[in-house]
Amino acid sequence: MAETGIQVQAIPMVKPGLSLWHKVKKSRSYTDLVRGLWADNPTYRMVLGMCPTLAVTNTAVNSVAMGLATMSVTIFSSVAISIIRRIIPRRVRLAVFMIIIATLVTFVDLFFKAVLPDISEALGAYVGLIITNCIILGRAEAFASINKPWYSFLDALGVGLGFTASLTILGMVREFLGFGTIFYQEVAGAGWTDWAIMIMPPGAFLTLGVLYGIFNSISKPKE
Amino acid sequence: MEAFLIIIASIFTANIALSNFLGMCPFIAISKDYHSAIGMGMAVTFVLTITATANWIIDYYVLVPLGVGYLRFVIFIIVIAAMVQIVEMFMERFSPTLYNALGIFLPLITVNCAILGVSLFMILREYTFIKAVAFGFGGGVGWSLAIIAMASIRNRLQFSNVPRQLQGAGITMIIAGMMALGFMGFAGMVPIQ
Repeated sequence: MAETGIQVQAIPMVKPGLSLWHKVKKSRSYTDLVRGLWADNPTYRMVLGMCPTLAVTNTAVNSVAMGLATMSVTIFSSVAISIIRRIIPRRVRLAVFMIIIATLVTFVDLFFKAVLPDISEALGAYVGLIITNCIILGRAEAFASINKPWYSFLDALGVGLGFTASLTILGMVREFLGFGTIFYQEVAGAGWTDWAIMIMPPGAFLTLGVLYGIFNSISKPKE
Repeated sequence: MEAFLIIIASIFTANIALSNFLGMCPFIAISKDYHSAIGMGMAVTFVLTITATANWIIDYYVLVPLGVGYLRFVIFIIVIAAMVQIVEMFMERFSPTLYNALGIFLPLITVNCAILGVSLFMILREYTFIKAVAFGFGGGVGWSLAIIAMASIRNRLQFSNVPRQLQGAGITMIIAGMMALGFMGFAGMVPIQ
């Protein structure tokens, strides 16, 4: 089991006594929440949502913005779909999911335009492309359409946090190598040569490929 | 002439898969098998040309005059889903051979971000009608080129000794990175957009 990995990820969130901690760890809410963080991490384990992962991670700030935007759409769509799951006709459910998701993404797009115009400019068309992020539809179809709202919320939160974390790691690596900064803070010091390729498209593929290798070697092989 | 430049640019210099990262999920998942890659590429090109045309017409004649540009996401996704459905029905009725070849890929295409991405990019770049159609077609051809090349490389890769940690997605990403580097060599050919 990959238990050790899960514990490390979860400690900052819940800090109860030992016996209570044991209870929490066994509860369904907990398993639903942490599944998306490591065991079913959307980027590193399931290879989903590749398009924003590669496109907007040239700086750490953009990565965090995209991660949080995707997370909020996932949470709201999962909860909404879970609430109305019994009245959606089986045959048209995908169309219903898509319209709910598209509406939520419109909200996010308008929010970015109004509150964070710089980030809206930097993310460009990729805000709209959150609609076709397979993580969101995947959660709706695989989890929210057959589970209660509370568990759907936790599941979406876990997957969203896992996605945000993956994007942030990738963004930090690329920004550091490409500009010598992390979150726009100078870290590389004088004499650092920017790796221009890292902030261009090939850098995204190469960095993510190497990160896959690193993540696979620190976690146990699948199956 | 401008339309021709856009076709060339969207195939080589600004390939939608390798420089805009559109349609990455099927690009990684379906490039294991050469024949599926060709089928998917053809289906994407076909649907992309039709949806880019349809979305441009709807945007220009309906959404913009009514001042409801903010409904774009919802309308576009409905148009794409409807178009895929119609194309599927037409194919089934009039060309069973084509339907047998592409049928299984068509439902997947609704959630392929390349389709929505091309529609959004064409609005963002304020293309005219001819340019939008050219961008849809060229984008599809470019995407097909990328996925077919990737499938051929992965076909060869079966016989090479890839480190365990990099097998699957890892090595595919690194190959895609090298392909993207190669496609950057086309950059001087046509001024991008």
